[in-house]
Amino acid sequence: MALLPRATAQESWRSFKTAAWLGWQIESNWTAPFLFAVYSIVKPVAGALILVFMYVVVAQGGLDHPLFPQIFVGNAFYIYVGGVLMGVSWAVIDDREHYGMLKYLYAAPLDIYAYLLGRGVAKAIVSTIAVAVTLLFGALALGLKVSPARVDWAFLLVAWALGLLGLAFLGVLLGGVTLITARHNYYIGEAVAGALYLLCGAVFPLDVLPKGLQLVGQALPLTYWLEALRRALLGRGAGALLAGLSDAQLLLILAGSTLALALLSTAVYRRAERLAKARGLLDMQTMY
Amino acid sequence: MSGGAPPRWTVFWRTVWGRAYPRVVGLQREKSWLLFDVLLPLLQVTAFVYIYRAIQAPPEFTGFVVLGGAMTAYWLNVLWNMASQFYWEKETGNLELFLIAPTSRMAILLGMALGGLVATTVRAVAVLALGTLIFGVTPTVADWPQLVGVFVLTLVALYGLGMLFSSLFLLFGREAWHLANLLQEPVFLLSGFYFPVKALGVAVALAASVIPITLGLDAMRQLLFPEMMAQLKLLPVGYELVGLAVLSVVFLFAAHRALRFMERLARREGRLTLRGQ
Repeated sequence: MALLPRATAQESWRSFKTAAWLGWQIESNWTAPFLFAVYSIVKPVAGALILVFMYVVVAQGGLDHPLFPQIFVGNAFYIYVGGVLMGVSWAVIDDREHYGMLKYLYAAPLDIYAYLLGRGVAKAIVSTIAVAVTLLFGALALGLKVSPARVDWAFLLVAWALGLLGLAFLGVLLGGVTLITARHNYYIGEAVAGALYLLCGAVFPLDVLPKGLQLVGQALPLTYWLEALRRALLGRGAGALLAGLSDAQLLLILAGSTLALALLSTAVYRRAERLAKARGLLDMQTMY
Repeated sequence: MSGGAPPRWTVFWRTVWGRAYPRVVGLQREKSWLLFDVLLPLLQVTAFVYIYRAIQAPPEFTGFVVLGGAMTAYWLNVLWNMASQFYWEKETGNLELFLIAPTSRMAILLGMALGGLVATTVRAVAVLALGTLIFGVTPTVADWPQLVGVFVLTLVALYGLGMLFSSLFLLFGREAWHLANLLQEPVFLLSGFYFPVKALGVAVALAASVIPITLGLDAMRQLLFPEMMAQLKLLPVGYELVGLAVLSVVFLFAAHRALRFMERLARREGRLTLRGQ
């Protein structure tokens, strides 16, 4: 039995829009716009610079090392994982534990699934700015060779959108797990993001991992997303492991995995929602 | 105070123990947290180790990363369990209880620091041990007493900084969360958690030495990997020890002064019990 009557398309759209607006307010209104801009930029650029200095101190030829552009681009787009995936699942913790509003959301005429996706929009906007600034910094300050004339824009846009959608669906799935978790909900997003950082070859070619971990990495949609983005921006991917796949095959894998994540996240969230209601977890205050 | 009240120092130490106790005993209450606390930094460490392997770095760099990864536990503890602690206490309604309790606020901070230090050391040692085993790191300790001295002084200075931060954060609402968040990656960069800090340039590295982990990590790397660090060291270990001692005194003194000042200011501005902002 469904927890609530199925929402109409109009209700879902309204929930999504309102949540996106609310998310933006929560993200941005704690300080002055200038400080918010600095905050949004400093963290990702610092993260990128850690990689830069690791290369500078070791790699022969410094930033001319052939792997550097692949790694820099992978690391830049990984900002979305922290932002969107953790942003969506964190909305459950924020609304339930911090603001104590989750129970009221369930009492309101809204589509909670659309609401959670909407809460990810603000994070996606902030992440997009951070990714753009990081790439720009790479191009202007570090000599990263990304020529707008040589970028495959159509491929980039389709791959980017599919990957982002997949991350949002994965975020809702984690939100479902968070809903029925008490003592570990703060760790869930971080653990998944940390594992993905290692396994999807964000900052090194998948080829350097041990065979077992390579196989796990090859099963992750994020691996193909980063490969597609690298090819679209730089003209080639990282490592030999995925080199045999054509661009069309990459897009097909991304489209299929995004669809699978959409179905899986809906099923998991609905199931978690029913469990949470049955166990009285919708207004849980763990005080952790 | 009435004649029957315990002496001031007794109250002080009872408070220190009372505030440290939940942090130490908390380790036992949910053991799976320890697993996550070790696993998460280890994932990051592993990723950085594979970066170094991908670019054929000398094996000592794996040791640099493992050591830096272990020390992240302390920095994160200082940010989230020291600096932001009064903010969380305010949110959960404990801060006003702390303020009306007949004890020293410094004792509360010291208890927080000692409890956090013990709990975090368990995590850091686990990361260090696992990282060393998994990646086959073989350090050569050049001077044990110096190594212990550097480690202890780094922690004293670091937790002194944490105590100072927690006073400053008293005034913050949601900014506290964002500020703590902001002080992660930039500090990992400036303190050279994953590479020798000299790579930033001597001037920047010296400026970053105001964060105790910068000097601490550089000195510990010199003592654990002396050959590789011969060309990459920022300052001789002796100078770094003196720097850490000075930072310890300065931060503890500043924390004491800042706590009184910030508490007065927060009272005047009515921010001590303001929640959900």
